[in-house]
Amino acid sequence: MLRPAGRAAARRGPMAPPRSFIWTRRVVLTALTIFALVPVYVMVSSSLKPLQDVSGTFRWIPSPITFSSYIQMWQTVPLAQYFVNSLIVCTCAAALSVLVATFAAYAVSRYRFRGRRVFTLVVLSTQMFPGILFLLPLFLIFVSIGNVTGFQLLGSRTGLVITYLTFSLPFSIWLLVSYFDSIPRDLDEAAWVDGCGPLRALFRVVIPAAIPGIVTVAIYAFMTAWGEVLFASVMTNDTTRTLAVGLRDYSTQNDVYWNQIMAASIVVSIPVVVGFLLMQRFLVAGLTAGAVK
Amino acid sequence: MRRPSTIAILATSVIAAAAVAGCSSSASTSASGNASAGAGTTITYWASDQGSSIADDYTVLNPELAKFTRQTGIKVKLEVIGWADLLNRITAATTSGQGPDVVNIGNTWSASLQATGALLPWSSQNFSAIGGESKFVSSAVGSTGAAGKPPAAVPLYSVAYALYYNKALFQQAGIAGPPATWADLIADGKKLTHGSVYGLALEAGSIPENIHNAFIFAQQHGCSFFSPSGAPTYTLPGCVAGVQQFVNLMGTDKIVSPGDAEYDQNQSITDFADGKAGMLMWQAAGANLKAHGMATSQYGIAPVPVQSGVPGQGTNVDSMVAGINIAIFKNTHNLTASEKFVQFMTSPAEQTILSKEYGSIPPVSAAQQNPAFNTPELSVLKNVLATSAVAMPQVAGESQFEQLVGTAVKNLFADAVSGPVSTQTVEQQLASAQSQTTG
Amino acid sequence: MARARTPTPAPARSARTDARAGGAGHQAPGRRRRPVRRRRPGRLRRIGLPYLLLLPALLFELLVHLVPMVVGVFISFKSLTQLYLTQWLHTPWAGLGNYRVVVDFNGAIGQALLHSFVVTCAFTAIAVGLSWLLGCAAAILAQDSFRGRGLLRAIFLTPYALPAYTSVITWAFMFQYNNGLINYVLHNELGITSSPTFWLLGDNSFIALVTVSVWRNWPFAFLVVMAGLQSIPREFYEAAAIDGAGVWQKIRLITMPSLRPVNQVLVLVLFLWTFNDFTTPYVLFGNGAPPPADVISIHIYNASFLTWNFGEGSAMSVLLLLFLLVISGGYLLFTSRRRDA
Repeated sequence: MLRPAGRAAARRGPMAPPRSFIWTRRVVLTALTIFALVPVYVMVSSSLKPLQDVSGTFRWIPSPITFSSYIQMWQTVPLAQYFVNSLIVCTCAAALSVLVATFAAYAVSRYRFRGRRVFTLVVLSTQMFPGILFLLPLFLIFVSIGNVTGFQLLGSRTGLVITYLTFSLPFSIWLLVSYFDSIPRDLDEAAWVDGCGPLRALFRVVIPAAIPGIVTVAIYAFMTAWGEVLFASVMTNDTTRTLAVGLRDYSTQNDVYWNQIMAASIVVSIPVVVGFLLMQRFLVAGLTAGAVK
Repeated sequence: MRRPSTIAILATSVIAAAAVAGCSSSASTSASGNASAGAGTTITYWASDQGSSIADDYTVLNPELAKFTRQTGIKVKLEVIGWADLLNRITAATTSGQGPDVVNIGNTWSASLQATGALLPWSSQNFSAIGGESKFVSSAVGSTGAAGKPPAAVPLYSVAYALYYNKALFQQAGIAGPPATWADLIADGKKLTHGSVYGLALEAGSIPENIHNAFIFAQQHGCSFFSPSGAPTYTLPGCVAGVQQFVNLMGTDKIVSPGDAEYDQNQSITDFADGKAGMLMWQAAGANLKAHGMATSQYGIAPVPVQSGVPGQGTNVDSMVAGINIAIFKNTHNLTASEKFVQFMTSPAEQTILSKEYGSIPPVSAAQQNPAFNTPELSVLKNVLATSAVAMPQVAGESQFEQLVGTAVKNLFADAVSGPVSTQTVEQQLASAQSQTTG
Repeated sequence: MARARTPTPAPARSARTDARAGGAGHQAPGRRRRPVRRRRPGRLRRIGLPYLLLLPALLFELLVHLVPMVVGVFISFKSLTQLYLTQWLHTPWAGLGNYRVVVDFNGAIGQALLHSFVVTCAFTAIAVGLSWLLGCAAAILAQDSFRGRGLLRAIFLTPYALPAYTSVITWAFMFQYNNGLINYVLHNELGITSSPTFWLLGDNSFIALVTVSVWRNWPFAFLVVMAGLQSIPREFYEAAAIDGAGVWQKIRLITMPSLRPVNQVLVLVLFLWTFNDFTTPYVLFGNGAPPPADVISIHIYNASFLTWNFGEGSAMSVLLLLFLLVISGGYLLFTSRRRDA
């Protein structure tokens, strides 16, 4: 298993990666960067073109460059309102989803109870049904709830929050189970010895150790809700409409305002990307290392 | 700590739900409906996107609705819904029984929605509440539901297809005037086609555009895709010939750019406006072309060509009856108020105002006389609607027909990019479409 | 931190702790126990706790997923067309009629469904494989800190942050025959192809679909694997380095095996989502996808929603569900066996 170390390797130190690795890394990561960014470039440059140029002959650099779409987009469609709606719905859905999934995953990971396997399989099976077939039955259920209890779930943000948090539950539970599984039970037991009950152990020990997983799940739940179109299109009205549906309203009877679509998408994605950047530090190693000594 | 925390979660959810439900609006029909004269009631109206944007539709409609409220005391809660979602929302409303009072529908949906039984049938009694059936132009009423049954909706805006041609390009190619027959059109198209400019722009990737055009071509060959009893007859020789002729505008005659086979986001309008195509067949493209920077002086309008002779009825039709209808949901709590609203919307005064805004033709005869509808474009459309337009099949399976045959034509265009499409291929696609029809 | 050890009768502490502990759960000697060593604070709590923890998840799942699914399955046995929508409870019973039509591979509908199914399997296999490969590679390669790593991570996650509608529309722009970037680069600039190619029609539409799907999904794989890498203790790598393992060996012998639980979930979930992905083909191709790219999600949409034939659409969905259940069940069995081994 011993690797012959050359002089260059000796210079870099025993733990440094070899040349081949560094070059592979450079090539692969550069290729992926290009792959990821070319459509983003097309979006940005399209947002800076006047409408005729967007669907006209292709040009790498827009000329003339105009910011008019960034101004008009707020009027063509009530973008600010849709943005706020989306933020509210997605944040609530993500927060609740994480909470519910954490409890459920803790139960599945730490306890062997009857029905555990069935629960897991049932939850997984929900991912196998095409979404459009849920649409009408769910709509009917919400209508019935509204008729029976008076809570109008249709057209309200609550109905959408409930729908979205459930959509992201299966994967969230699955991922958290695998995370919790990789956290040694010794941690839990250490906490028990120190006098914590199981729930205290969950909050004090297990969750902090699983922060990368929880952050991942939160991001996933947020993004699932952020991009969902089909259910939002049927379950919202013009005051509660979300961004994903609202973006399609730039495509009107007369025209499709491509440049405004691109501009709007960029503007509403900036907070999301900033959020990703901020979340990055939670995805960093070190929280589990050294915990069990 | 354990039990309380679970209860805490449930309680929080319920409280949150109540809070948000309290401060969010609902989409259900209004509560305060007594079925009498209606002053003080509120009805819900779902309008379609007719203007240059949904925001624009609110700007156009809100003053009119305010006018209605001043006249009758009935309040109207308006929601403008984009075309991508309108049919889904109507389906959901139909299934759940919870929806608006009044709704705009695409007129080709009339027979399909009629079959659901969710829309109020316009019996003579209901018609008399809004001024009688005779106030509408007869061709428009022909597109409101299956024959032999009371209409499921009444016409609101009417449009038809016309041929738009670029005057400058025609002049350069030495063409005197717009083509009247398909042979003329192909000849003109060939003169216009050179380099990256083509004779005709088609939205060949769009299912609605394909099905409308295919239907007209088939009609011109004497076939209407459905037998009198409503059974699908997609593979009759007339239908096959019509579709083949249409698709081979690209495949054989090569007057349509192959790239058009992908078009389904109004790119053909852009091509026409940019001078990349000499001709365009479209429904009331005026507003659209203006938005693309093309002045009315730059293009001319003529009826869509026929096989021979002049446009008329029978095999000389050259457009389907396009437009928007307005319908009332059968389970509305506010029938009188809704009928009053429909009467308002179909009154000559309102029809004139709205159709002027939207660039359509009012289907109410009295309003059509207004000089605003005598512009070159609208005169042609008016004439087409009155003399040479035919309604799409008014059968329950119409949506299925649009979807299946429209897709078949789209697939045939994908073949046409590489060359002529044979009769056999067309027959195969149509036969496959027909065997997929159900019910 | 105290080292893990078998709980022994807890030393005397404050009364509060004791009460909470509910009688320091020591184990009666001689009683055969499951390998998980656990205190038994109270019988009721012990039994009830997992179920209580599951309760919210179960309630939401029932409301939003399970009951509608059951209704969907129920509809598959009925002839629900537009004729019965308003009184869907009274739709005539179709028994297995819908299924018979849908599975009849000699008939047009069955044949179209089979074709769509095959296309979807091929699409999913390739797209998931590539997404996972790229995500894994990027996460592993970007694991060590180097200059610009944070920026790179943000760049890689950007496709995931953009609205799906806009992303797919942008790709549709790029794939356009006339003015698309792809044809411009391949044909006009690089001269690789002699004439522009169609990407949204014909056989290449499959490639276009795979490309867009991979572009959208690999950042998610990247994210999940990246988080999974965090839980591998550094000591493993250090120990291996001392043993003289090189980078590639470390990846093969430590990273990949440690990622196995995460990867297993990731691959299965990517598979299920890609199989059912509706947004990507719908926005890329509009209504009516070209036959080489007619994946099952839009096929069912076209066959049910747009033709008002919900009974058949439901039957197709149930078959899809059964197929995916079998695949997932097999996958889980296979992977759990490997884990126990």
